[in-house]
Amino acid sequence: MSKTLRIDGARLPGQESPLSVLVSDGRIKAVGAELTGAEAVQVIDAAGLTLMPGFVDLCCNLREPGNGQKGNIASETRAAARGGYTTVCASPDTSPVNDSGAVTHLVRDVARARSGIRVLPIGAATRGLSGELLSDMVGLKAAGCVAFSNGSRAMANARILRRCMAYARTFDLTLMLQPLNQALAADGYAHDGRVAARLGLLGVPEVAETAAVMEMLLLAEETGVRLHLGQLSCGRSVAMVAEARARGVTVSADVAMHQLLFTEEALSGFDSRYHVVPPLRSEADRKALLEGVESGVIDAIVSQHQPHDSAAKQAPLGVTEPGLSTVESVFSMGLTLVRRGELSFAALTRALTTGPASIIGQRSEIAEGAEASLGLWDLNGEWRARPDTIRSVGQHVPVPNEPLPGVLRWTIHGGEVVCRPD
Amino acid sequence: MIPATDPVVLSAHDRASRNLQLTGDGQLRHFITLDGLDLVMLTDILDTADSFIEVGERTIKKVPLLRGRTVVNLFFESSTRTRSTFELAAKRLSADVLNLDISTSATSKGETLSDTLLNLEAMASDMFVVRHSQSGAPHFIAESVTPGVAIINAGDGRHAHPTQAMLDMLTIRQNKGSFEGLRVAIVGDILHSRVARSQIRALQTLGVAEVRLIAPGTLLPADAESLGCTIEYDMRRGMADLDVVIMLRLQKERMEGALLPSEREFYRLYGLDTEKLALAKPDCIVMHPGPINRGVEIESAVADGPQSVILNQVTNGIAIRMAVMSMAMSGQVADRAARVRAQEADQ
Repeated sequence: MSKTLRIDGARLPGQESPLSVLVSDGRIKAVGAELTGAEAVQVIDAAGLTLMPGFVDLCCNLREPGNGQKGNIASETRAAARGGYTTVCASPDTSPVNDSGAVTHLVRDVARARSGIRVLPIGAATRGLSGELLSDMVGLKAAGCVAFSNGSRAMANARILRRCMAYARTFDLTLMLQPLNQALAADGYAHDGRVAARLGLLGVPEVAETAAVMEMLLLAEETGVRLHLGQLSCGRSVAMVAEARARGVTVSADVAMHQLLFTEEALSGFDSRYHVVPPLRSEADRKALLEGVESGVIDAIVSQHQPHDSAAKQAPLGVTEPGLSTVESVFSMGLTLVRRGELSFAALTRALTTGPASIIGQRSEIAEGAEASLGLWDLNGEWRARPDTIRSVGQHVPVPNEPLPGVLRWTIHGGEVVCRPD
Repeated sequence: MIPATDPVVLSAHDRASRNLQLTGDGQLRHFITLDGLDLVMLTDILDTADSFIEVGERTIKKVPLLRGRTVVNLFFESSTRTRSTFELAAKRLSADVLNLDISTSATSKGETLSDTLLNLEAMASDMFVVRHSQSGAPHFIAESVTPGVAIINAGDGRHAHPTQAMLDMLTIRQNKGSFEGLRVAIVGDILHSRVARSQIRALQTLGVAEVRLIAPGTLLPADAESLGCTIEYDMRRGMADLDVVIMLRLQKERMEGALLPSEREFYRLYGLDTEKLALAKPDCIVMHPGPINRGVEIESAVADGPQSVILNQVTNGIAIRMAVMSMAMSGQVADRAARVRAQEADQ
């Protein structure tokens, strides 16, 4: 049976003339001005709304299996759909860790039953994310993992890292690694800069990241693995990635949206909300990361969504759990940067759509024949992230109670409406 | 050099700290950090402490300022000296005092910090004196857990130890008359020291000419220059023109983390001995928050010598704690009255 859906009156970003989109069998059948006559079972009046491709998130914690008090696949994909996402990569850092086909199958089965959007599992590169023993990466790929990461944990040493890369290279697997030298990071939880100096916070020096970036780039060059560096926080890291790429290393990179909006100053009132890994760094780093996104050295902006129960953040800063509940706010935070003139709309869109999609072999576009995964946004509207507007279990949103630009009205994934106006 | 004469521009952090600690009409209601407290407030604390020094010299050492109030000493990190002086200060103010050594009780049974505190609040506590190993713990308690209880910070992680810093300021004022033009050095383990962070802030607010940090690179925080101090690695050179030298305690475990090679080498380079002290001004006073490691940070002859004011510091500790406890209690009472009035106006 052919289910059809027609969107009328939407505009593409930057374009004046409204157009219609005809969706049939989950795909975009036609895009144009003269489709209003075409028959459809459902019609969405999108006058005044902007049509965006569905966003793709390379780093999202759905907390299932094992951490139901922090969220689950149903709740967090509902939140992601509300953020305009139609594809999210599920972090392997669950309980148990996604280091076996059984866990991968479970995530996929639950997602099939309870998620309106696409969930792509990321496999653990090492067993239990211990950083010591390789996981069955080939088997995990067969079960449905699209890439491999070690969460936010470092490998035990450079030898394991090198072997992990060489093994992944053999089977043409993508490694998504968060660069971190654990010995240098030690017990730190804040950027080792002026705020940490003043408040006596335990610092994570910049070299805890940059030394790991350099090591990973050299090993990637040697092994030839396809390396994706996740959640960069330092300006120096961006420069090193650009330089490595220029000499032919196969490397891509992403940054979490909150790194583009906030700096170490966010911790100056000991606000545990902004305890994130890697830590929020200096204003110079933030500027360099923005430039990296603009120039394309950084391919993707991720949500690094980490929902928590309230108790996880209700403690003195240093003993709270890291992470923000971001997935519903990412595009609005990006629009804030666009309004301030710090980021172009084109770079923002690329970093949420084609940039991340290409890293995991997906597509994200609005074209005839493409999958109908779309968001309809009121770019002039504003909303506030509050308990009654947030769908994630995690209430520790990056910008609480302040007006945020950009209101999502509809999300459509594979031709189905997965988020609609309240 | 500290730009002591520059107009004070409050950072967002200082504004937030001020708003947390002061009532709407500028009275102290918590005493957590010196950030956000201005020269007038710090001077007020010193003057109030001065008036309590006289109480300590009476036969009956009590004033009724906290009569009927319950003060709970909440020490999540063990301490004998600081806790004793807080207890004495509260008793001299006629408060009922409850000492809880939390490091060995509730939290080890899995109760969260918030739950422990809410239980204590329910016992009609008026003031918590908090020591905690985590920087920012008193902020967290005052902001999120029990905003209706006055919080006095007795030392949090590496962040702040404001009563210690203020008793040091009282000691300096007693010996030097004022803060104008003073050159003050803090020597030793700045990185891990909550005392140093509070002293730096107090000295800057009170308007000394220079705060100098003397330490090896491994015991200084990253971006130490941003604290607004002069940094000096060579102690002999750093002693020049000093009016006050404050020695910090060196913890034994610093050797294990490869921050220092040995106590002997540290003493040779950064220990205060007679020879190094002779390089300062002749009337330079020697301070130490205690407990002192003789032969590690300081030579016995210096610690016990004529320029040492280390024992004055201990006496002043009780007076300073009486001052901030009585001030915070009256601010807290004013705050409660304001809340009641606001509620009545609503109805």
